[in-house]
Formats: sequence, structure tokens, C-alpha cells
Amino acid sequence: MAKKIESLDDLRQLREETKQGLLDRHGEGPQIIVGMGTCGIAAGAREVMTAILEELAKRNLNITVLQTGCIGMCQKEPLVDVVRPGEKRITYGNVTPRDIPRIIGQHVVNGQIVEDLVIGRAD
Amino acid sequence: MEELALHILDLAQNSLVAGATMLAIFIDENIKTNTLTIIIEDNGRGMDSEFVTKVLDPFTTTRTTRRVGLGLPLLHMTACQCGGDLTIDSKPDKGTKVTATFQLDHWDLPPLGDMAGTMTTLLVGKPDVDVLYRHVVNGRKFCFDTRKLKAELAPVPLSEARVLMALGTYITDELAKLHGGE
Repeated sequence: MAKKIESLDDLRQLREETKQGLLDRHGEGPQIIVGMGTCGIAAGAREVMTAILEELAKRNLNITVLQTGCIGMCQKEPLVDVVRPGEKRITYGNVTPRDIPRIIGQHVVNGQIVEDLVIGRAD
Repeated sequence: MEELALHILDLAQNSLVAGATMLAIFIDENIKTNTLTIIIEDNGRGMDSEFVTKVLDPFTTTRTTRRVGLGLPLLHMTACQCGGDLTIDSKPDKGTKVTATFQLDHWDLPPLGDMAGTMTTLLVGKPDVDVLYRHVVNGRKFCFDTRKLKAELAPVPLSEARVLMALGTYITDELAKLHGGE
């Protein structure tokens, strides 16, 4: 879990711990994309983003997380897209922080789509 | 928007969409003057004076997915409802500075909210953007500068989940110190 930073030394220690994980990263991995327009933010996208970071930190995963603006489906915000290399882009809608462990554990890591939350698929 | 921190995140996103690489967020809570001031300044592409006069209108937007843009109008409304105002200073190719003021003890002033969450979210997936966040509470100061942090953490990017979580906890703790003891 997140360690406390109280001094420069703590920061440097965090750097050393995290560096190892970076070296282990290879090739193109999955991506998680969160809608962060006004509509997304108002619907709770920041809390969803925090939950994603928490889950990735907890599982010690190095996954690319990106943000995007409004894509016009404001009523379904917060929106989270998962893209695994060579697979369809899956859009999850009305996502809450509680859904995040499932989306990451089942889909991002194991490739099993969380069907009950899917609202869109694209190539 | 239930928190001022969410408004800040929203305006900061506008700055990033405008191509900003440097973002300065300043919050000043001053009990003597009974004011809360929020300034968000960027080096993005800016707006011409004609667009600035229209930008507080919710039916003005650069987006293509819908014909309404609510970010600035919502903050403008909140500021005006709280005995304050919102001003925009912008020049094409130079950047934009948004200043929102509020009456600090106004009934309707939303809580500042989770600035740590706003800051960490802002930094996700944006390795090329630098943010300077300064927060003053009755003269007590907190300063968070990603340029310094990046230099210390290199080669680890700030956008690493574990780094962001740790920074979030750090910001929460430091802000609690600013607000504490009164």
C-alpha cells in the first residue's frame, strides 16, 4: 500500500522500490482509459481513477492508465475503457470504485470481460 | 460538482486539452480578508478576446461531441453564489489564467474537497506535464512541484500507480497540517 513520504530519503526509497517493477515491464501491455471530461468528473471519475491507482499499486501492476475527455456518452459516466493488445476495446459504463477490483482482476489481468458492466465494444 | 477540488480538476483538464505543458494551481484561504482565491494558470494555446467574452456561456464550447460546455460556467455560478467572482485572462499562444474568488465564510461555499485525489488524477498518464501546486492557509504555505519530484524520482515516472498513491497520501497529510491547529 501507499507508503508515507516524510523526507527526501523516503522519496528516494520509493524510487528504488518502484524502479525494479519498471525493469520487469515488457512490450505493449493492456491500457485502461478513464473519461475525465466535466461530465465524467461530476459523475465520480476522480474516485474511480483513485480506485484504479489503488488496485494497481496493491497488485503491483505496471499498466498504462490514460485519460480522455468527453466522448458524448455523458449519461453513462464514469466510463472506463480496457484495451488489451489484439482484442476489442471494451467500454464499461456507470463504473463505481467498487467495480474496479473486478475490472482489473478479471479483465485487465485475466482477459475475462466483466459482462454485466459492458456498454460498448469496438475494434 | 460538490467540491471545489473537482472544479479545479475540471479546469486543469481544459488546460491540458489546450496543449498546456505547465500548470500552476494556487489556492489561498485567508480568514482576515474572508476570501478564498483559486487561480489556475497554464501555458496552453489560450483564447482570443472574443472567445473569452463568450466562454462563460454554457452554449460555448470547442468540443465536437455536444454543443454545451459546462466547466467554466459551473464554477462561475458557484463563485457568484458565494459572494465572489470569476475572471479570465487569456492570450492566444500564451496561455490562460482563471481566477475564482469566494467569500470564505459563505453558507453556500462548497467544501474544498479532496485535493490529493485531484492532483494524483491530474498526473495520471501525463508524463510531459508539470504542475506547480501552491496552497496558503492564513499565511501557512504548502508547495508541490512536479519538476522537483521528477528530478528526484528519475528514471521512475511520476505516473506510476505506487508513486501517485504515495504522493496522494503526502498531499493529504501536508494539507491537514495547514488546516490543523486552529
